[in-house]
Amino acid sequence: MSMQPFHRAQKDMLAERPPPATTTGTLGWLRENLFSNWFNTGLTLLALYLLWTIIPPFIDWAFIHADASGSTGRECTTEGACWAWLDQRIDQFLYGFYTASEYWRVNLTVILLIPALLPLLFDGIPCARQLRYFSLAYPVIAVFLLVGGIGLEAVPTSSFGGFMLNLAVGLSGIVLSLPVGILLALGRRSNLPAVRILCVMFIELVRGVPLITLLFTAAILLPMFLPENWSPDLVIRVIVVVTAFASAYMAEVIRGGLQAIPKGQYEAAQAMGLGYWQSMRLIILPQALKISIPGIVNTFIGLFKDTTLVFLIGLFDILGIARSLQQNQDWIGKVDAEGFLFTSLFFFIVCFSMSRYSLNLEKRLDTTNR
Amino acid sequence: MASTNSPAGPATGFNIWRLWTDERHRGILSQAIVVILVALALVWVADNTRTNLDNRGLDIGFDFLADPAGIGIGVSLIEYRSTDTWLRAMTVGLLNTVLVSALGIVAATAIGFAAGIMRLLPNWLIRTIIATWVEFTRNVPLLLQIIFWWTLLLSLPTVRETLRIGDSIFLNNSGITGPSPVFEPGASAVLIALAAGVAAAWAVLNWARKRQAATGERLPAGWIALGLIVLLPLAVYFASGEPISWDTPTANRFGRLRGGLTVTPELVALWFALSTYTGAFISEIVRAGILSVSKGQTEAAGSLGLKGWQTTRLIIMPQALRVIIPPLTSQFLNLTKNSSLALAVGFQDFVGIGSQAQNQTGQAIEIVFSWMVVYVSLSLLTSAFMNWYNARIALVER
Repeated sequence: MSMQPFHRAQKDMLAERPPPATTTGTLGWLRENLFSNWFNTGLTLLALYLLWTIIPPFIDWAFIHADASGSTGRECTTEGACWAWLDQRIDQFLYGFYTASEYWRVNLTVILLIPALLPLLFDGIPCARQLRYFSLAYPVIAVFLLVGGIGLEAVPTSSFGGFMLNLAVGLSGIVLSLPVGILLALGRRSNLPAVRILCVMFIELVRGVPLITLLFTAAILLPMFLPENWSPDLVIRVIVVVTAFASAYMAEVIRGGLQAIPKGQYEAAQAMGLGYWQSMRLIILPQALKISIPGIVNTFIGLFKDTTLVFLIGLFDILGIARSLQQNQDWIGKVDAEGFLFTSLFFFIVCFSMSRYSLNLEKRLDTTNR
Repeated sequence: MASTNSPAGPATGFNIWRLWTDERHRGILSQAIVVILVALALVWVADNTRTNLDNRGLDIGFDFLADPAGIGIGVSLIEYRSTDTWLRAMTVGLLNTVLVSALGIVAATAIGFAAGIMRLLPNWLIRTIIATWVEFTRNVPLLLQIIFWWTLLLSLPTVRETLRIGDSIFLNNSGITGPSPVFEPGASAVLIALAAGVAAAWAVLNWARKRQAATGERLPAGWIALGLIVLLPLAVYFASGEPISWDTPTANRFGRLRGGLTVTPELVALWFALSTYTGAFISEIVRAGILSVSKGQTEAAGSLGLKGWQTTRLIIMPQALRVIIPPLTSQFLNLTKNSSLALAVGFQDFVGIGSQAQNQTGQAIEIVFSWMVVYVSLSLLTSAFMNWYNARIALVER
């Protein structure tokens, strides 16, 4: 093949042409993400088939052919889900055996949680300073509202139940385990051997055993360990062991944060003439806690899910209420999937938002340049 | 950290205040206070316990372990009758805990790695489906999931209307029944051959690796090893007259099954829930581990001429595993501890049998004590093994 002399030359710049239609927009996205090669196409078709076999029947079961009227399971005659129990049982799912006329107190406690949490979770909230004082006071207010006393009708903790019990145990565990966890973490890194050994023993023992054994301890052993006339209610005992359990995990998360602080920070604090507690409070902990927030939130999520275990020692949390509904003569065999689905939604919403928050925070705190 | 050197010069004479202002003394003093407080609390608890036990006429001690248990146990790896002692019953429970944990760890690792790798596929639909499943499974309490799967298995048809999958697998609400292997005399030769095959394969792989390092020549060592593991036992199996056979379950007129191996719904539900729940967590760990290997590694592998699968196996995975193993260890530990939720569905693991023993004998302190000892030892064993493995694959820095 001989070379042709070069005849033609472009004098002017060519106008930019749009990229091929198959690489941009919806079509391009589809090609890129779903049909890039035969293997990918096969996977897409398989996934579509899977979704087709699951989602339409599910929607049909849960909504279209569902039955929401009637007072017993026998009146649920359609093939779909039986939601008739919601009407008469929803209060039990939410409040357990709490005095019905006092439900507003539980509602108020939950509503007040929002202004108490906002200044702790997000930056740039107006009057955050004043709100922080409210956050500090919130646990006291919450306990007063839920238990009653001065001026409010007293409600015994034994009538706590439903999702409200999960929230009560979970939130108390969260609020109490953070300070205890911080102390344990500091103790584990202390220079004083006796303190260190005690903290290590506590942390490793608690982390080594399942929560259920600790709950049995709360239910059976704690009354035996205390003077006979001095036996706190089961819910209180459960909160104590759940706190102990969560603090051990919290301590390890915070220890990770403490270890990540460069030694120079400790030395600089000493050089400034700060004592141990001062340097911890002003220099070390603010930095260590900040980097351990994602881990702390994960511990909270685990703790909140674990509150369902109280069902195994005879308390009626939301799972316990769901189980008692499922075993009720009127509903037996009719509301199995419905009860589990309803209950799991509560946990999913709370835990999923916590995990999203933690993910978001991780991104905000991540100042490395990738 | 207050200084003891006052401007007036070194303090003279003993001053009780110096116990607090001198850092060394303060350390000793505060430790002494802590130790004394803890000791006092323990003495107080011990004293209360003694009073309470005396009032109820109970005694402390492990003598009850020698008494007959009198409880039935559904799933047992060793021979057990209800006339056996509590010690034997608790051993059965311990073995059941180990069984569920081991099964769960294997399945959760498989599910976790598969899901973690699938979330990195270029296919958006698959990624989204897996992500949705992971988020839902992670954020719903495990106890609820265990009871859900159990209820689902219990709603299978009754024994009379057993479902059949293929010829030899039967599904009904009292369990899943499948064929079980029967070992006749001579079967041990096959098992020995299998062990020998595995050992020989390991030796061949090692030798091939050394040879490649020395000469650069590659042998199809993988195929040779596979052949050794499969063919050696097969040859012995046929040579010794097929000593291993399958006991296939058969159903009689009323649907009652004979023969085979039945796995109870409790065990299946527990195993399934534990492995999917932990698998969801592991998939996140695996994904993060793989993503932590920088893209330059893949590109460098490509420019060395490694193919896709080789890149994954030789370049990506060894580096990702360093990130994956430590959190994986804590997932295994969590799974082992979570297996105690067996109590909720009545699968008799160590906690389940312990709680029955506590109900019947009232020896709560001893039983909670033995729970703590056993679970702490299991945790230490698992983490010792994983630490050994982690040290083996860790980056060797010179």
